Amino acid sequence: MSNIVMSADDVRRAVTRIAHEILERQRGGAQLVLVGLQRGGAWLADSIGAAIDAIEPAARVPVGYIDVSMHRDDIGLRPVVPGAISRIDFAVDGVTVVLVDDVLYTGRTVRAALEGINTYGRPRSVQLAVLVDRGHRELPIRPDYVGKNLPTHMDDDVRATADGVTVEGKPR
Amino acid sequence: MMKHLRSIDELGRDGLMRLLDLTHHMVEVNHRPVPKVPALRGRTVVSLFFEDSTRTRLSFETAAKRLSADTMTFSVSTSSVNKGESLRDTVETISDMGIDAFVVRHKSTGIPWQISEWTNASVVNAGDGWHQHPTQALVDCFTVREALGKERFDGLTLTIVGDIMHSRVARSNIAAFSMLGARVVLVAPPTLLPPDVSHWPVEVSYRLDDVLARTDILYMLRLQSERMSQGHVPNLREYAETYGLDAVRAAKLPPHAVLMHPGPMNRGVEMLVDPSLLPNSLIHKQVANGVAVRMAVLFDLLAGESSAAGLAQAAS
Amino acid sequence: MTKPMTRPMTSQAALHATQQAIPRVVLRGGRIVDSRGERAGDVAVENGVVTEVGDRITGGDIVDVSGCVVAPGFVDLHAHLREPGKEEAETIETGSRAGAKGGYTALVAMPNTDPPQDSVAVVDFVREQGKRAGLVEVVPSGCITLGRKGEALAPMAELAAAGVRIFTDDGNGVQDELLMRRAMEYGKGLGVTLAQHCEVATLTKGAVMNECSCCTTLGLPGWPSIAEELMVFRDIELARLTGARVHFLHLSTARSVELVRAAKRDGLPVTAEVTPHHLSLDETRLASFDTVYKVNPPLRSPHDIAALRAGVLDGTIDALATDHAPHPRREKELSLDQAPPGMLGLETALGVALGVLEVDLAHLVRVMSINPARIAGISDRHGRDIEPGAPANIVVFDPRVEWQVEPGKLASKSRNTPFVGTTLRGRVRHTLFAGGRGPFSVRDGEAQA
Repeated sequence: MSNIVMSADDVRRAVTRIAHEILERQRGGAQLVLVGLQRGGAWLADSIGAAIDAIEPAARVPVGYIDVSMHRDDIGLRPVVPGAISRIDFAVDGVTVVLVDDVLYTGRTVRAALEGINTYGRPRSVQLAVLVDRGHRELPIRPDYVGKNLPTHMDDDVRATADGVTVEGKPR
Repeated sequence: MMKHLRSIDELGRDGLMRLLDLTHHMVEVNHRPVPKVPALRGRTVVSLFFEDSTRTRLSFETAAKRLSADTMTFSVSTSSVNKGESLRDTVETISDMGIDAFVVRHKSTGIPWQISEWTNASVVNAGDGWHQHPTQALVDCFTVREALGKERFDGLTLTIVGDIMHSRVARSNIAAFSMLGARVVLVAPPTLLPPDVSHWPVEVSYRLDDVLARTDILYMLRLQSERMSQGHVPNLREYAETYGLDAVRAAKLPPHAVLMHPGPMNRGVEMLVDPSLLPNSLIHKQVANGVAVRMAVLFDLLAGESSAAGLAQAAS
Repeated sequence: MTKPMTRPMTSQAALHATQQAIPRVVLRGGRIVDSRGERAGDVAVENGVVTEVGDRITGGDIVDVSGCVVAPGFVDLHAHLREPGKEEAETIETGSRAGAKGGYTALVAMPNTDPPQDSVAVVDFVREQGKRAGLVEVVPSGCITLGRKGEALAPMAELAAAGVRIFTDDGNGVQDELLMRRAMEYGKGLGVTLAQHCEVATLTKGAVMNECSCCTTLGLPGWPSIAEELMVFRDIELARLTGARVHFLHLSTARSVELVRAAKRDGLPVTAEVTPHHLSLDETRLASFDTVYKVNPPLRSPHDIAALRAGVLDGTIDALATDHAPHPRREKELSLDQAPPGMLGLETALGVALGVLEVDLAHLVRVMSINPARIAGISDRHGRDIEPGAPANIVVFDPRVEWQVEPGKLASKSRNTPFVGTTLRGRVRHTLFAGGRGPFSVRDGEAQA
């Protein structure tokens, strides 16, 4: 049974708000770049990037994507099949990287992304933007920008796209 | 699923595509400022090279290191194999140290299969006798894929020229390129062809000039000088005249055709023209792609979907 | 009280005394198969001799052999016993034990020992070792050329005087045509048989398996059939020229069989043997890269196998010979090209032969006992009909029982046989050997020494 917890409009509004928050915090700071975590964060990074572009075109914030499968900490425990290939065509040294993912859960994917980013250079700082924070962190990772806080059960299935966010609960 | 990479036939078409797809990821990793991922951290890859080959061995070791694996090298001159320790004893001793993969090159056919019987580690064939050299075929397929922008090679003609009989590169490439849909033509004197190729998916010609015009990928093999003393060819000059790539022959190739060679080249024998002067030479790309391909292979065997099955089995 | 003085007994008397102490053995209820055909009958054996054949014989150690065949003991024309020189792989004693368990009462020992059997000293040594083991009669063959080098003739007359009846350079063929002609002429004068390992060495350099499409795919140097056939043809023609008696060892190709068939039609005194493995295993086994399948001559194609089987059936091939070739484990655990060729054969020959040959038992006994005994020149005491007065060299086997070949139970010192773990049909139950310390060399599957 699927619950719609965010509609397409909710998602759009959250994206706009996050874009404003990112720009506000950055005011006058280092160059900003967005890096979406493949695959779930790619569309979101594109959306946030487009929103930032609409608000402040002069900011010229590039968007890249990172595939973290080779940095995961569970390699060898379960099958790892790399998804889409990383693409980061800009410098990472000295910039502010905003990692973007659709759903923040245990935090392990973000940890892998942090490690992955290091192979591209040494950012000045790294922030994290997520559409949904569903709790159950297993590592000390916290988001800087959140679309919606969503308490869930561990066996819930959370899906997030531009058309909305659904939660499917397993029968209890 | 896949525990070893020993021959292209064993790999199969699905495995071939999977490894080629994975290679793209590794190419990207190699372009990063820090070209290293922790995927195989804690794993140990041992090079067992019984035949001299600095280039291939370094290619594998670099690949392992870029995946954060630990490496060990075992070269025959320093080994106890010469002191009478059997191959099996050598493999078992190293295995007992707890290693995850052997990368093996040996002048005798079949060694990778024999070794698999004596160890739980994965075995990667880096060349066994005249038989197979699967990672070279992967490098070659990937290089063509990249150069022509195609995943399937239907309608393309691959012409392999030279000492087919003694070539593991030829055997692996015939299998791999055929799996991807290419037509394969072998060009060699009868003395350098295996006794019976009737069941291979190939066409045979004794005259290179007859096939140049319809060749899309020209693959030159190296001719070893020993072949002369074994009576396969009367002398190297005659071989170069009949089967060597010179400027005249290069001009007969269609403009889009590409040139490949597994290296090292015998200039003046099979190569009578400087390939760097030819616009469509992919030889440098073949070398460049070696590490990425081998990273894909090691990753697939030790961290990919195929290895999880092995781990699950070990745990049960 | 003083002990009475006893005189030490002579060995002859000792043997007599030992044999006297053994009651006669009666093989009860078996099916006798020899050159006269098949018939039911009990067989009584005493002092190494068959004393009675008939119905319901009584008296003595009655051994129930119902359901079994009682036949003259098998004779192997081709066994490598490795002693002297390679005792790590096998000794004459362990090889004899393996032979006895396989139903053999005589083994022709191949001369590629170290030192080779090209001198009376070595030949006598081998024969004596066989006697000491007392399980089979070890019949040493002699080299054709000194050191098997193919350069100069061995002292064939001297060796013949020492009892050698078969000469061969086995392991190698004699390459030089003139030398082979001389050997045949000389051998004819001595009335001995020349046995040839047919292989033109220049055509088989580095070869590991049959030259065929399989070796193309595997990228292995091949052993073309003509390397054998050319020498078969040559020696048939030399035999025609010289009148010598020639025996072809381990034939392996269809064309070789054809050549021998034609030669026999022409009335030439040629004979031929084939191994059980060449009748049952083909070249595709090498695709496993398991060195146990590497043999010389190599395993061939199904077409060759069919021709070899037909050759056994129609008598073109006179004998089954095992080419028993033990090798220590560490030598077979090398690459295909480095591992020495050869596999065991003595203990599995019967089971493999029954599995692949559609022959009646009389023909089986002919090719495993009667013919090889004749070719080896020992048919006065082996391969004889089971009748009173015949030396008791007898095999008792169950042609129907199925059994698994277990490496731990092999009597051979080595383990290089592809039949390990397979199930064979047909097994030796008892072997009786006239030259042993008792009537049985093998009883109920157990060697008696």
